[in-house]
Amino acid sequence: MALRQCAIYGKGGIGKSTTTQNLVSALAELGNKVMIVGCDPKADSTRLILHAKAQTTIMSLAAEAGSVEDLELEDVLKVGYGGIKCVESGGPEPGVGCAGRGVITAINFLEEEGAYDDELDFVFYDVLGDVVCGGFAMPIRENKAQEIYIVCSGEMMAMYAANNIAKGIVKYANSGSVRLAGLICNSRETAREDELISALAAKIGTTMIHFVPRDNVVQRAEIRRMTVIEYEPQAKQADEYRQLAIKIRDNKNFIIPTPITMDELEELMMEFGIIDQEDESIIGITAAAEATA
Amino acid sequence: MAALTKEETEALIQEVLEVYPEQARKDRAKHLAVNDQSLEKSNKCITSNRKSQPGVMTIRGCAYAGSKGVVWGPIKDMIHISHGPVGCGQYSRAGRRNYYVGTTGVNTFGTMNFTSDFQEKDIVFGGDKKLAKIMLEIEQLFPLNKGISIQSECPIGLIGDDIEAVAKKANKEINKPVVPVRCEGFRGVSQSLGHHIANDAIRDWVLENRDGDDSFPTTPYDVAVIGDYNIGGDAWASRTLLEEMGLRVVAQWSGDGTIAEMEKTPKVKLNLIHCYRSMNYIARHMEEKYKIPWIEYNFFGPTKIAESLRKIAALFDETIQAGAEKVIAKYQAEYDAVIAKYKPRLQGKRVMLYVGGLRPRHVIGAYEDLGMEVVGTGYEFGHNDDYDRTIKEMGNATLIYDDVTGYEFEEFVKKVKPDLIGSGIKEKYIFQKMGIPFRQMHSWDYSGPYHGYDGFAIFARDMDMTLNNPCWKQVTAPWKTTESPDVAVAASA
Repeated sequence: MALRQCAIYGKGGIGKSTTTQNLVSALAELGNKVMIVGCDPKADSTRLILHAKAQTTIMSLAAEAGSVEDLELEDVLKVGYGGIKCVESGGPEPGVGCAGRGVITAINFLEEEGAYDDELDFVFYDVLGDVVCGGFAMPIRENKAQEIYIVCSGEMMAMYAANNIAKGIVKYANSGSVRLAGLICNSRETAREDELISALAAKIGTTMIHFVPRDNVVQRAEIRRMTVIEYEPQAKQADEYRQLAIKIRDNKNFIIPTPITMDELEELMMEFGIIDQEDESIIGITAAAEATA
Repeated sequence: MAALTKEETEALIQEVLEVYPEQARKDRAKHLAVNDQSLEKSNKCITSNRKSQPGVMTIRGCAYAGSKGVVWGPIKDMIHISHGPVGCGQYSRAGRRNYYVGTTGVNTFGTMNFTSDFQEKDIVFGGDKKLAKIMLEIEQLFPLNKGISIQSECPIGLIGDDIEAVAKKANKEINKPVVPVRCEGFRGVSQSLGHHIANDAIRDWVLENRDGDDSFPTTPYDVAVIGDYNIGGDAWASRTLLEEMGLRVVAQWSGDGTIAEMEKTPKVKLNLIHCYRSMNYIARHMEEKYKIPWIEYNFFGPTKIAESLRKIAALFDETIQAGAEKVIAKYQAEYDAVIAKYKPRLQGKRVMLYVGGLRPRHVIGAYEDLGMEVVGTGYEFGHNDDYDRTIKEMGNATLIYDDVTGYEFEEFVKKVKPDLIGSGIKEKYIFQKMGIPFRQMHSWDYSGPYHGYDGFAIFARDMDMTLNNPCWKQVTAPWKTTESPDVAVAASA
């Protein structure tokens, strides 16, 4: 089987890292060889696999050694649960330097050092919340991830973000082979959430590949720095992640997305009662002005 | 060749513009003009200080070049850190010939390159810590430095380093001025914005340092020379004249200058501005804040020198006015002899110029003193106030070109057929290969000084040896001269 590279995007705090690690564990359980590349300066994309607080990152090791050329692959690559290979690109603390460049440097390093060997079945890039600059788009440039999964929920901002990410994908899809492969709904238990995300997916031209329900076992496992798959393999939630893994393994629905306009998105949300009909008369009116009116 | 008429010049501009695609043609048309002395404002005929068109081979530099290369670099007792990757500092190192007195590496640092030499990790994690460390190392290795400036290269503005905070902290630690300059190369359309940014940094981090401190004894004749970069010793040749007329030059910016002189400048009675383009901002600021008047002067060629000396003297008392006359009289025999020697050899020769932000107008008088005529001129990075000042200096129907492109300049030269071109190193060899005498007017072709009476003698000699060099008679190949067929026949017979 040829190597498949997948990138996971989505609004910050939506549960990308947790979903990715559980999903990857399920894939490993199915006998796949998988690598996770964390593309977030916070470096929390591999902790549940490695039972670690935060993996030592490529960029922090490079800073210590002098330059990235001074590093060897085995310095940065750790193996955890189910033989999953783990790498964190790393980057600066908030407010300094350039995290985007860190992602670019790290991925270039992995390529040059041959981290993408023939043994691997899957590589998953877990990318920071928004594609704020070119650096965070690195995983979807040519010859990198060809499948993108967007994690979202029925909340307004999560859907905005999903649509925006789809816009970004269009740019790279037209110049390369990257495709949108589906939305993963990580439930926040909003009303008619599965229908809403399915409707959004349809409008963007894709599908909701799986609806992951909310379950406290995820938190219980996280406190132990474990995935549900490892912590409580017989839990119902573990089966949900296994289903997601199978759907992704068998997925063939890779498309160039058709992101919708703000108006269309708001219309959709109104249809599902997420937002109310816009009242033009109240825009720009302060509370004080309303009181006197 | 006779001078072009207004119509001929206009037709030439149209002809040159013709090859451009429509949008470029429309844009470039605004930057080319036929001079009309009757105009008061240049914006009627020319647009300047705009973004260059892609693909046209502009000769401009960047904001970092304007700050580090022009304004700050010559301050000799400070160490100027090129903050970012190594190239900007290394490839511009010691390239500008601003002469200075001192022991390099001990108490002066003009021709050295200090850089934070950014690596990947500095981009990713930020360069603030490295910068702070460099400054402590500088202090240890070069204890006689009198201050540090931080010259930002492009990445600094992208990764958001807080160089101001680092500068403030270092200032406390080493107890010397530390000046952060946000002159990232991508800012602005040319080096001109870099001059402005550098001026602002002087305003914010240097000029106030001696406010309220009256320990420096002043005189009524204190002046500052601002905007002379001492190329080939220009500032020295200027300074002597001012001192001989009785003025006291307290500060020289920035050629052969020091940070202490900059700090003392708010105490002077008059600011003398040589390069208006790069330093007018700080002169205006001192006028506003310290009520120090300023005037522009021009020390190229005896006519402009005498004019400027009298204009300066008029702002002082009779002692100085008499002093100015004494200086002019003292050097008269000298410059008359220069003119007597070179004018007959240069009379009637036509010159085209293309320089930076000042010389395209300032050197016109010096050429005229030698009987030469400037028939085309233009600025790399001038603004409209520069062109306002140029209109009156140039003859009617002469060519004016702003941010001229490689193609336009060559075509103009082919048609106007000047006897001499004065421009920069990037233009030099193209025109020399076209068989046209050429002088570099940024670096004085490694000669100089050209300012002052001493400089005029060198200027006249250099123009003569370039223009009347016998090599120009050899540029036509023997087989292309009229007598060559006979020679060829004779040789084969």
